[in-house]
Amino acid sequence: MAGGLPKSSESNTSTYAGLGALLMLPSWVMIGFFLVLPVGLMLVYSFLTKEFRGGVIWEFSLAAYDQFFFDRGLFGDDPPVIEWTYIKIFWRSIWQAGLATFFCLIIGFPTAWFIATRTGANKSIWLFLITIPYWVNLLIRTISMKFLIRDNGPLNEWLLSLGIISDPIHMINTNFAVQLGLFYSYLPFMVLPIYASVERYNFAFSEAAADLYASRLTTLRHIILPFVKPGIIAGCILVFVPSLGAFLAPDLLGGAKNFMIGSLIEEQFKGNAGNWPFGAAVSMILLSMVLVVLTFYARQQSKGGVR
Amino acid sequence: MAKKLDLRRFPGFLPLTFLCLFLLYAPLIIVMVYSFNDSNSITNWGGLSLRWYVEVFTGVESEKFKSAAINSISIAIMAAIISTSIATLAATAMLKAGNFRGKSVGFALINLPLMVPEIVTAVATLIFFSAIGFTTGYLTILVAHIVFCIPFAYLPIAARMQGIEDVYEQAAMDLYATRFQTFRLILLPLMTPGIISGFLLAFIISLDDFIITNFVKGAGIETLPTAIFGSVKQGIKPNIMAISTLLLLVSVVFVTLSYLVGRMGQNKKVTTD
Repeated sequence: MAGGLPKSSESNTSTYAGLGALLMLPSWVMIGFFLVLPVGLMLVYSFLTKEFRGGVIWEFSLAAYDQFFFDRGLFGDDPPVIEWTYIKIFWRSIWQAGLATFFCLIIGFPTAWFIATRTGANKSIWLFLITIPYWVNLLIRTISMKFLIRDNGPLNEWLLSLGIISDPIHMINTNFAVQLGLFYSYLPFMVLPIYASVERYNFAFSEAAADLYASRLTTLRHIILPFVKPGIIAGCILVFVPSLGAFLAPDLLGGAKNFMIGSLIEEQFKGNAGNWPFGAAVSMILLSMVLVVLTFYARQQSKGGVR
Repeated sequence: MAKKLDLRRFPGFLPLTFLCLFLLYAPLIIVMVYSFNDSNSITNWGGLSLRWYVEVFTGVESEKFKSAAINSISIAIMAAIISTSIATLAATAMLKAGNFRGKSVGFALINLPLMVPEIVTAVATLIFFSAIGFTTGYLTILVAHIVFCIPFAYLPIAARMQGIEDVYEQAAMDLYATRFQTFRLILLPLMTPGIISGFLLAFIISLDDFIITNFVKGAGIETLPTAIFGSVKQGIKPNIMAISTLLLLVSVVFVTLSYLVGRMGQNKKVTTD
């Protein structure tokens, strides 16, 4: 499934030599024109003046970034102090995404290990079972979770009937619900890359370690984990990045009190706030954070490649 | 041998795997079960019934869901056809056309939709369409879907193409086939499983998309996910669970098909080698 760079086309005898650029043209045009250009335009918009009820006035302004970082009082003429509202929303998003990544790793690593050590047809069936939820509509999965953990939903009823609790636990519209939603949304993203790493692990290393009287835990820590580290990092990024900009889980499970970046952005365009430059600025800040994470990842990967 | 198997096993990993599957499936199965609930309240169990499925097709909201479903499916089919064609050409360029200028940039560009957070893509696309004065609606949704479906269609197509050696095409060229004939008569038929697999995945990705669609759709047009989201905002009603179950089944069927087609291709490869 790698789909990476080719091995056989180094020579110029390739069947379609010379046609490469032409064959690539449609994808370049589509993605360049409808994704790269729009992101550039979004950067421009973040430096424009807002028009009330959506849209922009083509006049340079730093107001969007100023609004993000500084509080200048009700009338905008107080000496600027740091505005914590949005930084707190970012901090909450980073915290929630980090926590979701951690829990996904705790459950995802053993699952990936277990599946990768199955043999024959068993392995593809297990793998298939993990992949199915990944392809089920995220909205429907989030609605399912919302239904399950409502105050009088099936989970509470079940716990009540078993006598484990005497009053329903209030879960919906809490940070916990958002956390559960993020964890649930992106769990398969953690399992698949770790699985791919464990698949390539050679168990002769484990045998060698065991022959030298290494305990199972020592082998796991010093032999296996360093080997599958690239897969673990890939999995963590695949969970962390979408969690950071998630919209559905915080919106449907968190309610108004548990705002995350995604809801903040959405409100600028679809909601009542209607401040396009500010929404563009928040999106740019989110995008730069993601780029930092991806650069870190690329560094790690190239280091692994040398080894 | 016993020792070898032992080294693969860690205590507690099996229960954690079951926990993982349980967590992934429990909410979906519960919604499926409750969609057959014969009761007006979504909480109390009132026996089995198909009344909420009937409600989906004939109830108050049925017209809304019907037009949303038609939009969703027609957009998904077109987005999948176009993005699969684009991805097939791109995979041919990346794997069968040797080196050319802009190759590594091109590869990064194809994967770009996977790296930019969905909500950022949504914002950027909305801003772009509004700046060039493109009226939001059916066409804007379609264009946005084509763009983010390209990398999903590309993955299985490129994976399949990597397994096809150059010899078949070389043979055709030696027999004076033109490059277009070689492409049409040799490469495409060999590629079919990958292309079908890519098409099905692109279809599902388009059908499922909520965030980007929600931003670029504008007023007056809904797809199934945005219509469902709109309804859920007023609380989860039983008909939502029925329509969710239907959509869930569509996803499962398509992914299973894609998986089977992909495996069929692999088996074929093994036998021709």
